Amino acid sequence: MGTGTGTKFNLPHRQTRWFEQSSIGGMSPLGKIISYFLLLFWSLVVLFPIYWLCITAFKSMDDVNFGPVYIPWVDFTPSLHAWRNIIVDDMADVASAYFNSIVIAFFSTIFCVMVGSLAAYALVRIQYRPKFGSIMLFALTLAAACVAIGRWGVDWWLGIAVGLAIFFFLWRAAVKERFGNGQMSVVVGIFLVVAIVLYFSGNFSPDFEKHGKTASIILALVVVGWSAAHWINGRVGNSDILFWIISQRILPPVVVVLPVYIMFQRIGLLDTHLALIIAYAVVNLPIVVWLMHDFIATIPIDLEESAQLDGSSRFRIFWEIILPLSRPGLAATTLLTLILAWNEYLLAAFLSTSKAQTLPIMVSAQISQERGIQWWNMSVVIILMIIPVIIMAFLLQRFISKGVLLGAVKG
Amino acid sequence: MNTSEIAPNKDRPGPVAPAGSLFSASKRDSAWSEWVDRQSRTLFISPAVFLILVFSIFPLVASLLISFTRIRPRVGGYQIRWVGLKNFKKLFTGSEQSHLLGTMEGGISLLGWTAIIVVAALLLWWLYRYVRQEFKVVGFIGRIVTTAAALAFTILFATTLLSGRQFGTMPMTLVYVLFGCSLQFLIGLGLAYVCTQPIRGRAFFSTLFFIPITITPVGIAYQWRMLADMNKGPVAPLWEWMGLGEFAWGSLAWPARSMVMISDAWMWIPFIFVVMLAALETVSRDLTEAAEVDGAGKWLIFRDITLPQIAPVAGTILLIRWIEGFKLVDIPNILTNGGPGIATETLTMHSWTQWRTLDFAGSSAVAYTLLFVSVVICVSFFNLVIRRYSRRQ
Repeated sequence: MGTGTGTKFNLPHRQTRWFEQSSIGGMSPLGKIISYFLLLFWSLVVLFPIYWLCITAFKSMDDVNFGPVYIPWVDFTPSLHAWRNIIVDDMADVASAYFNSIVIAFFSTIFCVMVGSLAAYALVRIQYRPKFGSIMLFALTLAAACVAIGRWGVDWWLGIAVGLAIFFFLWRAAVKERFGNGQMSVVVGIFLVVAIVLYFSGNFSPDFEKHGKTASIILALVVVGWSAAHWINGRVGNSDILFWIISQRILPPVVVVLPVYIMFQRIGLLDTHLALIIAYAVVNLPIVVWLMHDFIATIPIDLEESAQLDGSSRFRIFWEIILPLSRPGLAATTLLTLILAWNEYLLAAFLSTSKAQTLPIMVSAQISQERGIQWWNMSVVIILMIIPVIIMAFLLQRFISKGVLLGAVKG
Repeated sequence: MNTSEIAPNKDRPGPVAPAGSLFSASKRDSAWSEWVDRQSRTLFISPAVFLILVFSIFPLVASLLISFTRIRPRVGGYQIRWVGLKNFKKLFTGSEQSHLLGTMEGGISLLGWTAIIVVAALLLWWLYRYVRQEFKVVGFIGRIVTTAAALAFTILFATTLLSGRQFGTMPMTLVYVLFGCSLQFLIGLGLAYVCTQPIRGRAFFSTLFFIPITITPVGIAYQWRMLADMNKGPVAPLWEWMGLGEFAWGSLAWPARSMVMISDAWMWIPFIFVVMLAALETVSRDLTEAAEVDGAGKWLIFRDITLPQIAPVAGTILLIRWIEGFKLVDIPNILTNGGPGIATETLTMHSWTQWRTLDFAGSSAVAYTLLFVSVVICVSFFNLVIRRYSRRQ
């Protein structure tokens, strides 16, 4: 990319043209002025809040409360009292939150990257043809059995047995033997007619009044599910699984957090590190799979094939060939996941109360203090909180500029 | 490597272990490793699938079921009663309506009606054009859903905002995502574009603009609360001088909403900037320079050459931004605590507040409303915009 401003092609005796560029790939002087103005303005927007955060950490209480002061040693004398408050006096609270955050972010990241890159590798190299239709059919018949049990008081064992029998029959008939489309439509048609007759049978015979409608709806559902299963089986491939995993990211965490909360409460995991580690890993899994899938797909297959011929197992190939080769992508993904886990707020607010409290929760708890927010102390805590992220982000920036993220976004 | 061993097992990665080869397994555990290797197909992917099924899909279904019940915590468990659609009725037409949607009583103003009619006409024209030009059943159904959602959102805004009434958490989330996040995207793209211009210090500026990404959202919220403080903040003297010393942004709806958007923009623009910069740098120089030789202006080049090339990436980034935007909770929670009133409360916060009052079912119902809104918008955007641009490539 041309970096020169192109002025050397400009003839010296001409007057400056403000609106025209001096050469191809260059810029007009006015354009340059506007660009510099924008860049400098945005630099101010970026830097000033950070500057203010840093000097507030060294202000005394009076310096904050009686009007703004801007420049250390000129407007006010910097003091370390806020740092002493946080590091010496509040040591226990801050240290435990810091420790929790580190443990949770670290282990959830390792867990998530491990599971995610295994799945990403498998989705690149192994062809999957899950019998998704069969699984759906199974779930559907089981659900129908549950409705039958709940609604009509059918015996547990009988309900399950009949459900399984119906599933097995349908599965043999359509999914395994692979009916042709003509046969399929005849059978489905017969079932649907039966369902319709059942639905209106209440009008003719009072015995059916009660259950006829429900039974017909269940029957129709199972039959529709069956034909859907017939259609879906064999059509679901790797790209669908990948899309399914990545699309989990659309799910707002608040939708799933309540059942997860109840689940963890029942097994006594609430307010433990393990609960948050698992929750964070699941939330970040789609990102890991997405980024790693794209990265692993660029690794040539030849190396793996020769290793395979040598008789090494897939796990070995993964561990000794894929992981070392995908190091840049792995690093970027790990750092991104670490930052996300470090900053996570909502899940921590739901799933931890005191013992496993992380830094963001501790910081946000300061808001309800009776004496108002102690800005100087807050600034110190926030600075302590962002130091690890700054270190990670500057490592990350090298990888992002290599286009790891871009590649994934394009894919 | 022993070439004589290669022949038979190309399809089945079997345990052919020639002695002395680099990757051979030791003999002692060969039976075990053979078994593991045969299962590797399943073993590789099942942890991820298991995690998602147990902690994502199962809670998703459970949450839906909970939203149809009344659930109360009790000693040693929960008391659950099936109430059907009651929770949703309460949200959309009952006592929670003003919280979720806004104040609806009192009819729609003239401006509101105009907006509804204009949008409805546009949507109908768009549908008509689709039916005339290319018709597919699935595409048509999808477009019907999109149209219905767009019309519903328009009516929502017409009855609340355009008729001069308060609005609830759902319109707030929509304003925040559709307006705030899109604005962030435009600023990020603009900055990235300026940074690809041939000027000195580009590398320096692009490193500098990356910095805010390192600051944690909770910290950003505090930092902006501090900066925007009218008495002790850095701009206080300026406010004083302008005679606005008594003005408190936190007590008015729109200034508070803008503060939430500004803080969030400050946090997210770096991300958009970094990716868009990388995308802009891949745009081929030849085309733009050829166009310049032909005398095309900067704007024309950007619109007709650069933009089509970065469109797929731009669309995806905007989609990611919207997806994450729907989840916004930490910044308004700390910056304004949802106030004044409920002016800056997002849907996630709404659900959270319900949870804190132990109204679990109500919380699930709000969460499902959020899920529905975000899925309709994101899927529509993906199918109608991103797919189209990728196909054109």
